[in-house]
Formats: sequence, C-alpha cells, structure tokens
Amino acid sequence: MIPFAGWDMPVEYSGITAEHLAVRARAGLFDVSHMGEIEIAGKNALAAVQRVCCNDASRLAVGQAQYSGLLTPGGTFLDDLIVYRMGPSHFLLVVNASNAARDYAWISEQITSVGDAAVIDSSSRYALIALQGPASRGVLQPLTGVELEDLAPFSFGHGEVANARCTIARTGYTGEDGFEIFVPPNMAERVWNALLEAGRPADLVPVGLGARDTLRLEASMRLYGNDIDETTTPLEAGLGWMVGWSNETFIGRERLLELKEKGVARRLVGFEMIDRGIARHGYPVTHAGKPVGVVTSGTHTPFLKKAIGMAYVPVERSAVGAEIEIDVRGKPSKARVVKMPFYKRS
Amino acid sequence: MAYPDDRKYTKDHEWIRLSGDTAEIGITDYAQQQLGDVVYVDLPETGASVTAGQAFGSIESVKAVSELFAPLGGTVVDVNADLKHRPEVVNSDPHGTWMIKVRIANPADAGSLLDSAAYQQLLG
Repeated sequence: MIPFAGWDMPVEYSGITAEHLAVRARAGLFDVSHMGEIEIAGKNALAAVQRVCCNDASRLAVGQAQYSGLLTPGGTFLDDLIVYRMGPSHFLLVVNASNAARDYAWISEQITSVGDAAVIDSSSRYALIALQGPASRGVLQPLTGVELEDLAPFSFGHGEVANARCTIARTGYTGEDGFEIFVPPNMAERVWNALLEAGRPADLVPVGLGARDTLRLEASMRLYGNDIDETTTPLEAGLGWMVGWSNETFIGRERLLELKEKGVARRLVGFEMIDRGIARHGYPVTHAGKPVGVVTSGTHTPFLKKAIGMAYVPVERSAVGAEIEIDVRGKPSKARVVKMPFYKRS
Repeated sequence: MAYPDDRKYTKDHEWIRLSGDTAEIGITDYAQQQLGDVVYVDLPETGASVTAGQAFGSIESVKAVSELFAPLGGTVVDVNADLKHRPEVVNSDPHGTWMIKVRIANPADAGSLLDSAAYQQLLG
C-alpha cells in the first residue's frame, strides 16, 4: 500500500504484469474511490459547466458523458475530468483526487456570475469501482437490470448492482471496453465482493495503481501531474479534440484561439525506445547535449513488451518517425516518435 | 523463500557467494519482491572493476529503477548474458541467478558482510 492523495492505495495485488495482461485478455476490477466527485445543479447549471469546462457540454443528452478540461485563463490545465449529464440541469464532474479540493474552490469562485447554480463536493458520497476488460459485460450483466448492451461508450444508466443503487457508466482508463460503477460508500464492499465472485469463472482479478498506470499509458491516456498540468494546454498535449470550440464561454478560450492561430512550440508525442532502458517521468529530451524537452510518462509495457513513453518535444522534432535523444540517467539514449495510441483494442 | 547459508548478504539486498577468490553476485528474494516484474538488468562488461559499496549496474522493473551495489571490490570475470533475454528469472529464481562473477581483491573482507541469520533479522 502507498499513500496517494490522502488515500491508502495498493500498487499491486498479484503483480503489475499479471494484472495488466488480465485486463487486456479478460477483466480486472479497480477500486478508484479516491476519484473526486463534484456536482453542479440548478437552473443555470449548464451555463456554469460551459464556463468552467472546455468541452461543449450542451452537446450532451441526459445519460451521456464527455472528457473535458478545467482550464486557467491562460488555457493551461487545472485538471482533466469527465462530465456526466445526470439531468437537464444537473451535472456530475469526476476529477482527480489530488485536485478535488482545489477544483471545487475554483469552480465555486468562477460561477458566481452565472446565476442559479450550486456546486457540491460529493466526493464522500460516492465510491467508484471500475470493471475493465473484454469480459466485463459478461461479468456485470447477471448482477444488474441495466441493459449493458444498450449503453454506448461514454453513456450511463441508473439501476442496481447486487441490490445496491448504482450508476453504471461505459467509461474507463485502460483502453478496453468496461464500466465505471458509482456506488454509495456503505455498499461498496458488497458490490466489490459480488463482482469478484461473479467474475470468478472469467478469472477476474483485482488491479492496483501500478497496472492502472501501465494500462492507461499503453492506451495513451494522459495522467494529470505527469503529462498535463498547469504549464500545459490541450493543444500542446494533443488533446485539441476535447476543446469544444462551439462552447463560446469557457475560461481559457481566448488564449487557446490565439495559440491555435499562432501554432504551438512544443507537442506531447509518444515514443518507443530504440536503445535499451526505460525513459521515465522527468528525464530530459536532449539535442546536441542540451535539454529541449522532457519525458512525462514512461514504462516498459507488459502487453506490447516495449519501453514506451510520452514526452514534450519541440514541434520540429515531433513528426512520427523522428528520432529523439533522451538522457537516461546520464546515458544519451535513442528513441523514435510513434503514433499514439500505442495500443488500440481490436 | 529461504536465504541460503552458503553466502553472505548486504543491507542493500545483494547476495555474494565466494568460492576461493571468485564470487557470484545477485539480489535477494526480498529485493526482487520489492522491485516487482524485472524487465532490464544493466551490467558491466567483463574486465570492469567494481568497488565495494558502489553501484556496478542497475535493474529496472515496470515500477522503478534501482542501482545494484557491489558487496566487495574486484574485477568482473564473467557476466550473466542470459539476463539480457530473460530478465524475469531474477523474479522466479533470485538466489539461483547470479548477475556477475568477480575476482575479489580482498576475500577476507567478506567477514564484514551479513550471514543468512543476520540478514533475515534485518528484514524483521
């Protein structure tokens, strides 16, 4: 167990490699109750969400969700999150645990001018269990009346799981099909155990933080604090698709428009090591002996069996196929820029 | 897993097995458990010299990278080339997997290292 944003989290249960491969081949169960939940409700809730989140939440029907960002006026990330439209005037924002308190304060402060909208920090009202992997639907369906086949990716429904009131969303952080289940905290243990039991024939395994990180990296999903933070914008991070330009009111929009016009100077790229070794978070990308960028995430991935990572590099070195050099603990090591995602399910 | 009596141990979780003036060096079961799945082992070349208490190489798992420290000083006379292709044997058989063989400059210094009982006491 390690401390993580005030929570004790297991790094691994049976081993990172075994857990990672189980999710790719079968299914894995994650306790992600540490994630923060913030609700925005009231007559002007949509206007409030449109003010603080950079995607266009007006495109969401009730029962749909979208990936979005909470940006500073400078267009950089305060957080990345998923916005769930629970009702016409009710939104649930799932944010990173380490940012939840700051996000709540920021949102409260920014939406005072939009009128009738209340912000509630609901983090303690939800436990969150993620069931991920190709066998997920088969494991979950017998436990719930919600028709899982009808849930499109990034949509959700309400119902019961093992007789506990839950919200089931077809979302995740692994690159696999799967579900995230919002559970009242006092029911979390029961639902967790019921899922593990139901998953026994499919060889469902519990998965810790270690494999959560290698899975999301293989699927090229950004991690706040590593790949994106208050110094980086969605455009540099390769997340232009999460910017809802049709939302004309979000904080940071003007700055992003300027940047879009002018072009970014650096870009987050995926790379594969050519030389031996793993380039990890914080290692410098170098050119002619000088630092020109930085590795934001890096590991040896259990499924692709390669050393991969993401790094910010100058635009002129960011093309797929370009060779870059990374200082791996004093040793200049060659890597190649590759297309992301590294892994895409078939 | 048992910690064999035929060798000595360090506080940094390496083991060293001396026969005459030559020694095999590896890492302990405790160390491999802490590291998790090993994916690379970087070792010196034959002929390199290693110094007691100093790093002679590094070992990477999915989780982290750690340095490997030489229990005693000397000259590398052999390197386990198998580890390049099968680093995972460090996990499956830590006490049967030597990484380097070293001609030890002063074999008598081994007296200052931990025996099996003292090492296990250290692990608590």
